[in-house]
Amino acid sequence: MKSQKVTNWGNFPEIEASVSSFSSEKELKKLLTSSEEIIARGMGRCYGDSSLCKNIISTLKYNRIIDFNEVEQTVCCESGVTLEDLLSIFVPRGLFLPVTPGTKFVTIGGAIASDVHGKNHHVGGSISNHIISMDIMLSDGSISSCSKNNNSNLFWSTCGGMGLTGIILNACFKLKKIETSYIIQESIKAENLESIMKHFEESKDYTYSVAWIDCLSKGKKLGRSILMRGEHASVRDLEGTKFSNNPLKTGAPAKLDIPLFFPNFSLNTLSVKAFNFLYYNKQLSKKKKFIIDYDKFFYPLDGINNWNRIYGKRGFTQYQFVLPKETSYNGLEKILTEISNSGSCSFLAVLKLFGEQDNLISFPKEGYTLALDFPIKPGVFELLNKLDEIVLENGGRLYLTKDTRMTEETFNKSYERAEIFRRIKHQLDNHNKFQSLQSKRIKI
Amino acid sequence: MDYVLILGAGSDIAKALSHMYASKKYNIYLAGRKIDELEKDAKNLNIRYNIEAMPLFFDATEFEKHYDFYHFLQPKPTIVICIFGYQGEQIEGQKSFKETQKVIDTNYTGSVSILNVIANDFEEKQSGSIVGISSCAGDRGRAKNYIYGSAKGAFSIYLSGLRNRLSKSNVSVLTVKPGFVATKMTENMDLPEKLTAQPEEVAKDIFKAQQTKKDIIYTKWFWFFIMNIIKHIPEKMFKKMNI
Repeated sequence: MKSQKVTNWGNFPEIEASVSSFSSEKELKKLLTSSEEIIARGMGRCYGDSSLCKNIISTLKYNRIIDFNEVEQTVCCESGVTLEDLLSIFVPRGLFLPVTPGTKFVTIGGAIASDVHGKNHHVGGSISNHIISMDIMLSDGSISSCSKNNNSNLFWSTCGGMGLTGIILNACFKLKKIETSYIIQESIKAENLESIMKHFEESKDYTYSVAWIDCLSKGKKLGRSILMRGEHASVRDLEGTKFSNNPLKTGAPAKLDIPLFFPNFSLNTLSVKAFNFLYYNKQLSKKKKFIIDYDKFFYPLDGINNWNRIYGKRGFTQYQFVLPKETSYNGLEKILTEISNSGSCSFLAVLKLFGEQDNLISFPKEGYTLALDFPIKPGVFELLNKLDEIVLENGGRLYLTKDTRMTEETFNKSYERAEIFRRIKHQLDNHNKFQSLQSKRIKI
Repeated sequence: MDYVLILGAGSDIAKALSHMYASKKYNIYLAGRKIDELEKDAKNLNIRYNIEAMPLFFDATEFEKHYDFYHFLQPKPTIVICIFGYQGEQIEGQKSFKETQKVIDTNYTGSVSILNVIANDFEEKQSGSIVGISSCAGDRGRAKNYIYGSAKGAFSIYLSGLRNRLSKSNVSVLTVKPGFVATKMTENMDLPEKLTAQPEEVAKDIFKAQQTKKDIIYTKWFWFFIMNIIKHIPEKMFKKMNI
């Protein structure tokens, strides 16, 4: 078997692994029985080591649309189909994804294994909410169907289960009707943390909401942000604009490319501070409203190929946590203060208010979630350990999909049903065939 | 709209070709042995591109059924892509003629058997387009794969003759010679990354060449130069080399 270097989106860690693909159930079954420990991998857009293992099974060649019901607006597809694929097929037919993360370059299998959320979490929940049914190949090669009512242990341990229960073969889910592929976006400036949280509370009736937050500002400006909220534009909304002649236009291909890894020093406190200053002050008025295509609204970074290279060869990690609503203000204040004092932060910091959710092993729960990028450099893991303590003190948890360094203890303390998940996983996979570097680290 | 018949529709390159043609609004016949998979492939193309796609059972080595297979098709295709093949095991083939015969029957005899039937129909209609996927391996016999190479080489010569005959009847014949391609079959081989094409790139090259009625293409294009060098090494030297 040939081995190759594999890393996920954070370019850290990098491992040697053998990668095999399949395009039929028969081929997958053969792969499953021929290797000891394995993990499935789609586009490799998780940031850390969730889909790393010495034997990787790529789902990318298993990517057919199985069925589409125009009346019911439901689609069934194989796990290697990407969200980009789905958008290009269904947006022209007036249909949209029920939930989408901040990149369309993920597979549907990966999206379910991470139980991804989007800017509409407070109204639509995470993707598991919209899955009608799915088929999973278990470690012995048998195929099991599951849904919320049927085989529900398998269903709920697979949604957010990081590929540890089996290989997701296919899933059926409902799409969302849209009149146009455009979004009416409102951007609102908030001068500090208190103000942005108030804006989130007031934006509950908007379908989409998310905020960019400047995590280097201090004192009275701590937590200054720009809230972006949006609604799907109707045909009427586009009347009289340049978009009206092609209301269901699909995305343009990426325009920019980062061809090389940036030198490790390019992102420092100074350059990030300058970026943040410009980004915050680019918008002069307090509130701005405009029409924007779905690509720019949902996937602003997909327009830049290989943007992860700006963090340099050493790579980066994304730290995403959620805090319960009651402790959000105090916790966020502490964490932002810790970060701005350390001076080590990225310009990609995103804040969002989650709605209610309480699944077996999924990340989202009601409260505020913050995602921050940290380049891998000396001192960064010490800082993250400190942040872990604050997150745990405040009853929060970290997102496994972004993680590359959480300890077993942190995982156990923050995921209340960790033990139940472990038990179900071992019932389904008693020889522990499905493993990743992450699952070994946090001992699942 | 016109139908494209893909003979040997299960491979990664064939799949990329089916997407390429479907995205240009051609209807597709997917012919091959794994009919269950082809059914799913057809449905996939149908939903993605809003075209007609039909799975068909076809075995390259059941020569006696080829005539009926083609004459049963309604409507008839205007483009035929003959892409099935069998790489085989060289060492195994040296030891057992059974393996050698399978390589020859699949890559050469099977292709000739079905294309003879199709050529007659296209010639009569004075229209159509035939694409044969041969291989760089057919350009010169190498110790490592000359059984496969000789079958593909014979197929290249067949296509050249067919082109010569059908050019008088307004029927184009394209010979495709792919080099290394990253497919499921080759993913665990150590191929030089810079010389290895993705199936989608190969499909794009083939589509363009077929539409512009080219005669012979190498894909990727630089294989033309690589094979030219390899072809022109004097036999005296070549026999001592290990390539």
